[in-house]
Amino acid sequence: MPPVFGVIFDGVAYGMLLFLMSVGLSVTLGMMNFVNLAHCSFAMLGGYVTVTLMNALGWPFLATLPAAFVAAAAASVVLERIFFRRFYNSSDLEQCLLTIGIVFVSIAAAAYIYGTDEQPVQLPPFLRGSTHFLGLDLAIYRLFLIATAMLITILLVVTVEATRFGAQVRAAVNNQRMARGLGIDVDRLFALTFALGSGLAGLGGALAIQMVGLDPSFALTYLIYVLIVVSVGGLGSIAGSFAAAMLLGVSDIAGKYYVPAIGAFLIYLVMLVLLMWRPTGLFGRR
Amino acid sequence: MTTQAIADPHEFLKAQIRWRCSEIAFWLATLLPFVLAPNYLVLASQIAITALFAMSLDLILGYAGIVSLGHAAYFGVGSYTAGLMSAHGWGEPLTGLMAAAAAAGLFGYLTSFIIARFRHLALIMITLGIGLVLVEAANSASWLTGGFDGLQGIHTWPILGKFGLDLYGYTAYSYSLTVLFAIFLIARRLIHSPFGLALRGIRENGPRMPAIGAPTREHIRTVYTIAAVIAGVAGAMLAQTTETVSLESLGFQRSADVLVMLILGGTGRLYGGLIGAIVYMVARDQFSGLNPQYWYFWIGLLLIAVVMLLPNGILGGLSLLAARLGIKS
Repeated sequence: MPPVFGVIFDGVAYGMLLFLMSVGLSVTLGMMNFVNLAHCSFAMLGGYVTVTLMNALGWPFLATLPAAFVAAAAASVVLERIFFRRFYNSSDLEQCLLTIGIVFVSIAAAAYIYGTDEQPVQLPPFLRGSTHFLGLDLAIYRLFLIATAMLITILLVVTVEATRFGAQVRAAVNNQRMARGLGIDVDRLFALTFALGSGLAGLGGALAIQMVGLDPSFALTYLIYVLIVVSVGGLGSIAGSFAAAMLLGVSDIAGKYYVPAIGAFLIYLVMLVLLMWRPTGLFGRR
Repeated sequence: MTTQAIADPHEFLKAQIRWRCSEIAFWLATLLPFVLAPNYLVLASQIAITALFAMSLDLILGYAGIVSLGHAAYFGVGSYTAGLMSAHGWGEPLTGLMAAAAAAGLFGYLTSFIIARFRHLALIMITLGIGLVLVEAANSASWLTGGFDGLQGIHTWPILGKFGLDLYGYTAYSYSLTVLFAIFLIARRLIHSPFGLALRGIRENGPRMPAIGAPTREHIRTVYTIAAVIAGVAGAMLAQTTETVSLESLGFQRSADVLVMLILGGTGRLYGGLIGAIVYMVARDQFSGLNPQYWYFWIGLLLIAVVMLLPNGILGGLSLLAARLGIKS
């Protein structure tokens, strides 16, 4: 297989993962300006739910994916009720500190329950191996990942663009106070969006195990990637998150493949330059 | 702090700058480890160094309101500068400090042009990004920095040509405490100057400051550079007293730790960083048998608790208590 196509294929699959994990944060940040650094903890929770259901209870892999979504969404609703809603009007600093505290606790809890080793998952036979297409060797799992993420993206775009709920979300992201003035219950809307976004992160976490592994440091490692996607893509922009996730996924895989000595250096540098050029992100309006 | 109605700003500043009994008591208490806990002088010197680092973060976060998740970058630049000088044959500590201060200050000055332009999420991401870029750069340049294994061959000469570093940390603590106190005096003078008042104005209401003729960006650049210099000095002292430098000194973990200490102690009080560093480091020493993973469980809980219950840190809580009891602080 020519490396260029292989790298792009892997990069797209990786970018899809990043998109699933970051789109929820982008929308909730755009709506409430709430800096939620604990977003990847929900992704990690989804991953561990999948691992537990498969290895301890013997569920099939595909059945654990909705469970990961539901578990992460439910956990986020609980945390939102107890902690987050008191901090919507606080400073960035307080929001950062609260949520990074939650990240630390979640990492320690995961290490306590599961240990610090990477968790194994056994994929069903039809997702293993690779297929030949136009002379390319494509891993079936990555094809599955891309297809799932595409399906979810389409569902998401249709929901946001064509439903009443989506119109309310767009209104609230655009101008929260005006949306309130028009009688939209922004708090309820936010709780719903928050749950949906965290659920997607959980699903992303579950899908990520096979590709990037899962250990307790997941919540912090991928937080940085997710933050890059969100801040480069622009707050509240689904298209922006998608573009940024693809850009990051492909360039990260390409960087690691072609210039391994530089490592993640390039990614951070690209982020810095992009942010300096457009502080509100590629697709940001404010 | 009780604010009497003092009309004249000069009178106000003069009233602020007067030394209080509690401050004098605090600095006298820093001498106690020599007598009471001679076995813990090594720890005490590390606390003094960390306190200096936390104080430098307080200058930008507590006074100018700049949230930074990458402040360890400047600490690390100072550390590597002093370490590299020593590893290449010049282990004189005071000139090492000066060089580290200059290098960190230069890096701080250059980055301050970026910092002054941004606020909110973009600022948090940019400070984080600067820190991460520096870690990766130091890791890649392993021919210079030793990479992941750390810098080898640091040897610190006796301070002032007389006082060599000893196993018990007697010299190390005297050295770091002296430097901490000297820089504290400068920082204290700085925040009680008109410049310090302007910084507080920027923290309280950034957009309005230019309207009264204050050059906001210049002020932010100045204080950011000063904070970088102080962080660099702290980093250099750590390199000199422990005679090691590793990538850890640059990393995100250190930036997060120092932020936790400062929040714990209380921001915008200058003493907050010092108290926070003492509490944090002593606690970590006591729980050193604990797996680091579980240590962060308690730190996480502590952060949540401080943000929810004690938004101004330990010192904020104390002064609230004092106000309730009617004691003039």
